[in-house]
Amino acid sequence: MSTTTITTESGTVLEKGAIGQSIPRKEDRRLVQGQGVFFDDIRRHGTGYVHFVRSPYAHAKIVSIDVSAALALDGVYGTITGDEVAIHTDPFFEMSTPPGANIKDYALAVGKVRFQGEPVAAVCATTRELARDAAELVEVEYEPLPALVDAEEAAKDEVVLHEEAGSNIVWSGVFDWGDVDQALAEADHVVKIKRLHFHRFSSTPLECSGALVEYQKGTGQWTLYCNHQMPGVGAIWMAPALRCGIDKLRFVTQDIGGAFGNKICLHPYYVVLCLLARKLGRPVQWTEWRTDQHTANAHGNERTFLDVEVAVKADGEMTGFKVKAVDDCGAFPRYEPLGCIIWAQVTPGCYGWRNIRVDFTQACTNKAPVSPNRGYSRMQHLWLTERVVDIVAAELGLDPVEVRKRNYVKAEQMPYETPNGCVYDSGDYARSLDIALELIGYDRLDERRKDAAARGKLLGFGIGSTLDSGTNNFGQSQLLNPELQFSGNNEAAMVKLDIFGEVVVTLGTVPQGQGHETTASQVVSDIIGCSPEQVHVRPGHDSFFNSSAGFSGTYASQFAVTGLGAVKGAAELLRDEMIKLAAFVLQAPEEAIELADGFARIKDGPEEAALPFMALGAIVNANNAFLPPDFNPTLNHRYVYRPYFGVVDVEKKMGKLTLTYASQIHACLVEIDPETGQTEIVDYAAVDDCGVRVHPQIVEGQVHGATAHAIGAALHEDFVYDEDGTLLTPNFYDYHVPHTMDMPPLKTGYVESPSPVSPLGAKGMGEGGGGGIHAICSAIQDALRSEGAPIVYDSCNPSHRVWSMLQDAEQTRALVEVTSK
Amino acid sequence: MEPVASETISVEINGELYEREVDARRLLVHFIRDDVDLTGTHIGCDTGNCGACTVQLDGQAIKSCMMLAVQADGASIRTVEGLAADGELNALQQSFSDHHALQCGYCTPGMLMSASHLLEQNPHPTEEEIRKALQGNICRCTGYVNIVEAVKAVGEGRS
Repeated sequence: MSTTTITTESGTVLEKGAIGQSIPRKEDRRLVQGQGVFFDDIRRHGTGYVHFVRSPYAHAKIVSIDVSAALALDGVYGTITGDEVAIHTDPFFEMSTPPGANIKDYALAVGKVRFQGEPVAAVCATTRELARDAAELVEVEYEPLPALVDAEEAAKDEVVLHEEAGSNIVWSGVFDWGDVDQALAEADHVVKIKRLHFHRFSSTPLECSGALVEYQKGTGQWTLYCNHQMPGVGAIWMAPALRCGIDKLRFVTQDIGGAFGNKICLHPYYVVLCLLARKLGRPVQWTEWRTDQHTANAHGNERTFLDVEVAVKADGEMTGFKVKAVDDCGAFPRYEPLGCIIWAQVTPGCYGWRNIRVDFTQACTNKAPVSPNRGYSRMQHLWLTERVVDIVAAELGLDPVEVRKRNYVKAEQMPYETPNGCVYDSGDYARSLDIALELIGYDRLDERRKDAAARGKLLGFGIGSTLDSGTNNFGQSQLLNPELQFSGNNEAAMVKLDIFGEVVVTLGTVPQGQGHETTASQVVSDIIGCSPEQVHVRPGHDSFFNSSAGFSGTYASQFAVTGLGAVKGAAELLRDEMIKLAAFVLQAPEEAIELADGFARIKDGPEEAALPFMALGAIVNANNAFLPPDFNPTLNHRYVYRPYFGVVDVEKKMGKLTLTYASQIHACLVEIDPETGQTEIVDYAAVDDCGVRVHPQIVEGQVHGATAHAIGAALHEDFVYDEDGTLLTPNFYDYHVPHTMDMPPLKTGYVESPSPVSPLGAKGMGEGGGGGIHAICSAIQDALRSEGAPIVYDSCNPSHRVWSMLQDAEQTRALVEVTSK
Repeated sequence: MEPVASETISVEINGELYEREVDARRLLVHFIRDDVDLTGTHIGCDTGNCGACTVQLDGQAIKSCMMLAVQADGASIRTVEGLAADGELNALQQSFSDHHALQCGYCTPGMLMSASHLLEQNPHPTEEEIRKALQGNICRCTGYVNIVEAVKAVGEGRS
């Protein structure tokens, strides 16, 4: 059923070496033997197991908490409640301006609960089972309050979640670039769309969250064996809350069972574990249950787009749009309100419109807090741009392929500055689209429509043009709050040559399946002249290895730029020193030395004029008496890669918000059964352009994975709440992620437009920009064209929604209005 | 009379015999992971949906979170640790690596156990048969493309 067609469209000639080759992954050997070390595999003597007592209500006052029955149980080590947390910690810092700035977010609920599943207390006992039993004995008396499950309702402030903030609105602001009023006035057609809704879902990594935490009383230092994917920022949250220095928090990860952004906001849980470890004087361990992960860990941002107005010229050129966006961040902002600006990295999507106004509001509701989720915040906005393009095309009778090609930013315009000052570094969207169309056999579309119709099915064709902007400029946070002291980005790596000639690499990044050990070895081996097998990359992350920087982590599609940029920098420092050392030992000029095949040797010199890496390592580390006092090689180098962005313009809300722009152009064919609304994807192609592909197989794997997430989100995955704020999809029974039988045939192709701004010409691409969601929504709308032409208004279209659209196309058509001159 | 709270069981895992007293309510997966310390078998859900805990019990692929440890008394179990003899990857493990059928590796042990069972029953499965055999195993990284390809390659003798 599945075929993978690689279309070779290489736009660059790579230097001969390991980069660009799909070498065997270093991680695989341990993982296929069950020898990976995930946090839950780590054991310590005397460990206490932690279970959280969670709120059954979405919104309620906590009247009292009685832990005495739990404490009386044999084998229970201790408990902790919100009152203790409020005494021993400070609230986590908030990134918003007021009112969001005034929210008090503690590690456990203090005085009130604001979402179902919010932890109110924790119990620690000899076993997981006992901790769970004891948690049931904790008596919590609640006084229920009305629940807010809709961000537009919440924005009215009739019920307020955070009294200290005085409003449910976390952040609001208007972004206005170009002159959209003039564009609308000069347009030949104005297309209005009343409402579009991007739903709530998350990547639900298969490994739940958790940690084993040890506290050393003598030094006041905690070690967290965990699966936090952004420990640099995790520590920035946790250390002030715990009233300790940042070096008192040691984060250690090895293998992580997927994260996708959902393991960025673990700090409330980890603070509770730190407090318990200190209070009880023993290691404590917590593994989240699947139901708790769905209910209370992290969801993706839900966003409603209101009153969209699009300016279109007679020839199909789209010159601008305006929109009101209402974002639902759940009960606490945590990583928010960054999502209120992150979308602006891709303000015009793949298109050339120059006049854009976005009136953005983010509100709290009594639902699980959000955190970054694969495609974070850009995906929602890119879905809007693709919906707009397809609705405009359908309403004005324009061809969806032609209208895209007319409006795409062109390859010859690269590097392209967007209306808000971002720079699209490279790409060729039209060519990518052509490849995608070829892969799905677009030239036989009519034939396939007829064939489907003969079987009683409706065939639909859809395109999803999307971007994966990578390597965040944290300076964009200052467009939300000019007082914030975050800007730029950084990542660190260390490379050393050890005593027996081992090349050892230490990363600041926190891989969760992206193959960092493998790709880092490719980069190092090419630079210092050995094979990737000779390069040992330490698995995982340890903040005490001194290889991390403030923004260390694996998130925001950036490893190929920041992570490998740091590796490259460190390897080059090592290379230079190895050459210098060899030149000294071999009594030759530095220019005459080459590093190749694991040797430093004199170019075209006699065979004996060569030093194996082992000799270099041994000289520096163990046999250095003959080195002169003014020559002190260490063969051990740390490098911090820092992309250059410059400062953002706070007044105009402009700047280089991110460094690289990978593109993903998806095309698909779906068949819909009009009797049931069931959608089947019958052909699918994804064309990725991430510049230089360091390891093509890994890149392709990311494309497959991102597509699977998008297909799940577009057709099944939905965090649905009832009016009381109860999550109706709290596990894999009700929340249907794609299984083998759900996945259509996937075809992939690529274009390679090297980035002129990244160290290796590569771009981050792992998030994928939700291309599949856009493409499937596009295809469903196309399939229903003959059935009253309903408008696809929601990003999630399970069969019941498609069926409703078939029954009442008019209801959705009322969302759109076209005014033509 | 108090119900029996624990029982001594005897289970063979990967050719070794383990005799342990276990809580009557202990799940087999917790017995394997926590009592026997074979942590290659993973847990991804509480509902039997994800298949990360799949092992082979008396020749059948089963989800070890859906069974009590006491029910496994007298059984012979194979886990992912039992696949590679003396550290030599078997054909399926090698094929997973060759085809990039794993990213984070968390679902991989369960996938390998389900796929091994399939190949033992049906050495040359079609793609449809592979997909059916693996539909009880969730992977959130790969979209299954390369997993199916890796199993197919073994069935076709290409690995």
